Amino acid sequence: MKKKEAPGLGSERNPSAAGKIGAAPDLSVTIAGLKFRNPVMPASGTFGYGEEYAPLIDLEQIGAIVTKGLSLRPKAGNPTPRIAETVGGMLNAVGLQNVGVDAFIQEKLPFLCRIRTPVIVNFFGNTLEEYGEVAGRLADLEGVAAVECNISCPNVKQGGIVFGTDPRAAHSVVSLVRRRITKPLIVKLTPNITDITLIAQAVEEAGADAVSCINTLTGMAIDVFNRRPRLANITGGLSGPAIMPVALRMVYQVARQVRIPVIGIGGIAKAEDALQFLIAGASAVQVGSANFVDPQAMVSIVAGLDEFCRNQGINAVTELIGSLKTG
Amino acid sequence: MKDLHTKVISNQELAPGFFRMRVLAPGFGAQVRPGQFVMVRVREGATPFLRRPFGVFRTGFLPPECDGLPPKEYLEILYKVVGQGTALMAALHGGDPLQVLGPLGAGFDLPADGKELILVAGGIGVAPLFLLGQTLAPHRPVRLLLGARCRDEVLAVTEFERAGIETYVATDDGSLGEKGLVTQVLETCLKGSPSAVVAACGPISMLKETNRICSSYGVFLQVSLEALMGCGVGACLGCVVKGRGHTELAPRQLTVCEDGPVFRSDDIDWSQWP
Repeated sequence: MKKKEAPGLGSERNPSAAGKIGAAPDLSVTIAGLKFRNPVMPASGTFGYGEEYAPLIDLEQIGAIVTKGLSLRPKAGNPTPRIAETVGGMLNAVGLQNVGVDAFIQEKLPFLCRIRTPVIVNFFGNTLEEYGEVAGRLADLEGVAAVECNISCPNVKQGGIVFGTDPRAAHSVVSLVRRRITKPLIVKLTPNITDITLIAQAVEEAGADAVSCINTLTGMAIDVFNRRPRLANITGGLSGPAIMPVALRMVYQVARQVRIPVIGIGGIAKAEDALQFLIAGASAVQVGSANFVDPQAMVSIVAGLDEFCRNQGINAVTELIGSLKTG
Repeated sequence: MKDLHTKVISNQELAPGFFRMRVLAPGFGAQVRPGQFVMVRVREGATPFLRRPFGVFRTGFLPPECDGLPPKEYLEILYKVVGQGTALMAALHGGDPLQVLGPLGAGFDLPADGKELILVAGGIGVAPLFLLGQTLAPHRPVRLLLGARCRDEVLAVTEFERAGIETYVATDDGSLGEKGLVTQVLETCLKGSPSAVVAACGPISMLKETNRICSSYGVFLQVSLEALMGCGVGACLGCVVKGRGHTELAPRQLTVCEDGPVFRSDDIDWSQWP
């Protein structure tokens, strides 16, 4: 495998760097007391249960593995077509199809336990009670380093968005989950709201250890010849490079309003994208649909971060977090 | 399974809008099973965003050059220009870079009973059947029934005949072979000799009818399905079909990319297509 260079970042050196240029940087980050070897991990739903990508990427070179979202019972998801390519990205309306938390524990977790990389289990519920129930089942599981509570899926009526767009509902679901689980709790937020910082503050107050943002942006596409939507669900969630500026703005806003760490998500495909999120205030990043296009994307991003830090004389990647200069 | 950063060797237009692309693929032939596919990334960058899936048509070695190096291995795909990705592919020339991920998915797995193999193809669906026919032709009788809209869209007949596979053609407009549907030819064949196994690839309407005919004659059938795909490895769940026995409460969704693209026909819930 040819090592890819981060375009435009490779050779530029910073002559006034504080650290020693060329020295191996510390890429590790700590979120809610959990140490990750680097800040790069997959976004839930784009990496299956990890095993799917095992032949294509070294799972021990990324910061964490984030699973597909799990519910109490197996979920069939939406009818097809579920995906549609759009300019600079894609729409999806998979509808949270998953094997259910029990089958995950039985069939998928044993594989993940053998990998020396922290596992973050993403989950959701159709009702408040289900959120609590799933959190309870994950609470004492060995091999689960942290959980990510999804209150933001745009493609199902329950199981997310209704909890993610109202600060009071978000507060109550996160409070309930918090009472059931002591593992680090990340809450994944939706961008489909006027002011994302209100939800971020509500879930912080409810006891979340971190927030991850953003989930996909609601969108649609139409086939003009048959005048039908290109997704069976009519609307879906937009992801890919097209959404990155919106995601970056939201991460910047949230990072200024909460004290807990922010994990940046949205259109990240290369090291420079990840760097922008870190500088905007993200403590780590998740790579989403770029995994579909290039299974090596995350490994290339890690290499690009390392190279950037070396060339800029940055000792630790944490120096970059929230280092945006304005005014 | 590898993500090859490779090069186009040639890209030939076989008929208006139909191409055969040959790509450098060292070590690929030993890995691929008939019926498997590859995900092609036409170029880097955000547009087009996703890769495109193509069944592997054929593998082989270029004639040795006088450079003392071992002969170069290639794989071939057949494709029809249907959108942005395939239009960009059509513009590629020998030497252009290309990323090819594969081989992916489950290939054909037929009972080793020595019965005659009948390949049923519709249009560009002929592509993943060649490797199967070529592999099995030395061991059992193989026939190809090839349906297309018109004469121009009858592809790859020469390759099948060279592999010793007898070929029957049916076209919608009668411009080559019999006028009518390839499934009618299949029914005639099975009436004559129902001791056969069938492998099919083509439009869903053709596969549905092939399934109906094969089950009425009690003939074993495997089908290769086509679907919109995001990842090609079972992660995005964009390409699912309902398996037999699927219900909302006990879902049995099969991914075309990982569980397939080749399925036993009795593993599919055929009622999902109108």
